[in-house]
Amino acid sequence: MTTGTHRIAILEDMTIYNALAQKANFMEALQECQELEIDLSHVAEIDTAGFQLLLLTKREAAQQNKKARIVAHSPAVREVLDFFNMAAGFGDPLVIPAREQA
Amino acid sequence: MDELTSVFVTESREQLAAMEEALLQLETSPGDADLINTVFRPAHTIKGGAGVIECNFIVSFTHVVENALDKLRNGEISVSSDLVAVLLGCGDHIGNLLSVLEAGAPEPDADLKAEGDSLLSRLQRDWLDEPAKSGAGAEDSRPPVIKVDQVHASGGGEVETDSWHISLRFGQNVLRNGMDPLSFLRYLATLGQIVNIETLPDAMPDAEQMDPESCYLGFEIKFKSDVDKAAIEGVFDFVRDECSLHILPPHSKLTDYVTLLQALPENIMRLGEILVKIGALTPSELDEGLQAQQSSLASDGEADTLSPPPPHLGEILVEQRVVQPELVEAAVIKQKQVSDKKAAEARLIRIQADKLDRLIDLVGELVIAGASANLLASRSGQGELTEATSLLSRLVEQIRDSALQLRMVQIGETFNRFQRVVRDVSKELGKEIELAISGADTELDKSVVEKIGDPLMHLVRNAMDHGIEPGEVRAANGKNPRGRLELNAYHDSGSIVIEVADDGGGLNREKILKKAVDKGLVQAGQYLSDQEIANLIFEPGFSTADQVSNLSGRGVGMDVVKRNIQSLRGRVEVSSVEGQGTRFAIRLPLTLAIIDGFLVGAGPAAYVVPLDMVVECLELQAHAAGTGDRNYLNLRGEVLPFIRLRDLFEIPGEPPKRENVVVIKCAGQKAGIVVDTLLGEFQTVIKPLGNLFKHLRGIGGSTILGSGDVALILDVQALVKYSAQHEEQETGYALPLRAGT
Repeated sequence: MTTGTHRIAILEDMTIYNALAQKANFMEALQECQELEIDLSHVAEIDTAGFQLLLLTKREAAQQNKKARIVAHSPAVREVLDFFNMAAGFGDPLVIPAREQA
Repeated sequence: MDELTSVFVTESREQLAAMEEALLQLETSPGDADLINTVFRPAHTIKGGAGVIECNFIVSFTHVVENALDKLRNGEISVSSDLVAVLLGCGDHIGNLLSVLEAGAPEPDADLKAEGDSLLSRLQRDWLDEPAKSGAGAEDSRPPVIKVDQVHASGGGEVETDSWHISLRFGQNVLRNGMDPLSFLRYLATLGQIVNIETLPDAMPDAEQMDPESCYLGFEIKFKSDVDKAAIEGVFDFVRDECSLHILPPHSKLTDYVTLLQALPENIMRLGEILVKIGALTPSELDEGLQAQQSSLASDGEADTLSPPPPHLGEILVEQRVVQPELVEAAVIKQKQVSDKKAAEARLIRIQADKLDRLIDLVGELVIAGASANLLASRSGQGELTEATSLLSRLVEQIRDSALQLRMVQIGETFNRFQRVVRDVSKELGKEIELAISGADTELDKSVVEKIGDPLMHLVRNAMDHGIEPGEVRAANGKNPRGRLELNAYHDSGSIVIEVADDGGGLNREKILKKAVDKGLVQAGQYLSDQEIANLIFEPGFSTADQVSNLSGRGVGMDVVKRNIQSLRGRVEVSSVEGQGTRFAIRLPLTLAIIDGFLVGAGPAAYVVPLDMVVECLELQAHAAGTGDRNYLNLRGEVLPFIRLRDLFEIPGEPPKRENVVVIKCAGQKAGIVVDTLLGEFQTVIKPLGNLFKHLRGIGGSTILGSGDVALILDVQALVKYSAQHEEQETGYALPLRAGT
């Protein structure tokens, strides 16, 4: 990986209750690097607020000419992205690891 | 290789196997849309996965394959055996590329690259560059994909779509008020089908001003349902005050859409694109509507929003048209894939094989330790302790069974590999051969499955090459010119039997005998039973093929097959009817590690008989056994040959007054073993015997008893055979079996 790539992993639910903290989290992380990798494989629950945050992060990154990629999706995240039909729009390849449930 | 890559390689190999299987089926039923999808999906997934791990050579190769498959799926090209052959080749090539990746090389070497290029150019030349519409409709009964056509269709007064169109803009406070737009949309989905949904984050301000607890999202939804407008409105009752909702019924007037465009806060151009994207409008419809509207608004100040001239707009939308169907297709496929995968995922956990082996080892130790605790408890004579240990040993038994079950895999996967082998080899030989598989769900130990592949492959190739005659010969003999090869598996008293059968010419008795005499394996004029003659083919260096082909006939192999199978504590038998076919039966123990044993005593030592071979136990009665030199008894009117363990192993000392017979059954034959005492059930961890004892007949292994003593495990197959033979010869004496043959 090139330098300037950061990876953050979200461990708690991406719901309205955590939205404030997570927004700060995402923005800060994006500030510090050129390429942000987001690991969502541990997100057990995500709602519209969380989804909106992902949109914001993606857009913010694009505006700053940076990259924000979701490198791992939990089933919940995948389901929501699919539902909102944004999986293609986000352009992040969805890998579905078989040991996810283990 | 990092973890992600190794997961990708493993999963891709599975995907390839699925693709190959589907391709082979496709050859026989070319019109099956489901199959085509099954072929398409792996290619798509592999490409996606390769993208993630940034393996470009796989992406670029798979991309072309995917294009071809996409055309196939859209009915633009039709299935032919040529195409299947090329696609199979492509599958193999992807497999090779995966090996390159696995080996850590940055890219494939020149040979592999050339191979890939030639495959691609064949695909390109013969299928991709053909005029797109060639086979569609005519040969293929499947209708061409509708989505594309919908977008191509021209607009009239009414728009083409037969779906509702719903525009939703949520107010900023909905989230804060505890209402999640997602829930409403999910509820909407229960009333009908959300054909397409487009998320509009345009209202979201820049990061600094954005309040993560506010909702800025809007949605354009194409919704297919039979419900009425009120019902759709009803969905959003709770947020009615906090969202703006526009609902257009199916087949609304174009002008209604234009009005909608103006009513919504976003840029009309952008909205127009989105409506086209979700399929509410066709590009020409939108053009038409906007042009009409622009001319009416020409004098108005609002014309600014439409500053791009119509041709420009058209261009963008045409571009959109190219993108759109793919996006939708991709999303649809992915959703299906996700649900398929989820279902499979729930049933499967991938773990390292050595972790499992470690577990089995530990369980083995646990069984031994448990046996020792049991023994001590029963010696101590304390009732409660005995009870506790017996409960414990029952649990240990269950743990052992489940641990061993973990290693069990179905043989079906191994069998399915042969579909491809049979297809390829039969083409090569110019024979028409069909493969029939049965008992694919029979389970056996994973380590056995791995080792059985090669011997099976040999038997299958052999059967196709020597067994099944060429079509003309078959037809001349009044047989179906199409040869038939059968793979079958089933469980039989503690072992698994795998059969490879063909309906070919069968073994030629005379030819084998002549060859054996030539080779000096048997004396001329020596009498041999049919079975003995058939077994000659397992002798080293034995081949009756007149011609050596590159498949088999070199005379190496059958002895190797036999040796491989014997190393798995199994054996192989052959039976043949001349002119009708040959059947090889491989008999293997189910597991290599732990068995349920039945402990018996003879003299000072203890012996273990595999429990699932024990039929019954009875007392040896002097009158039933007749005089001492007759080694058979009358078991309810049946003649049961038996052997005395004391005689067999030359155990010194007098037998006790009451001897017992353990009746065992193996491969359909029954025999009795006469022992001093019956010691009961015992969980047996099989420890292999050292090299020194390799040639010992009648002993299959050893185990450790709870007391720390060693008990020998009897090789029941050998004993049954021995006793049956022995009785046939009627020598009257029990000849001791000694080490060495």
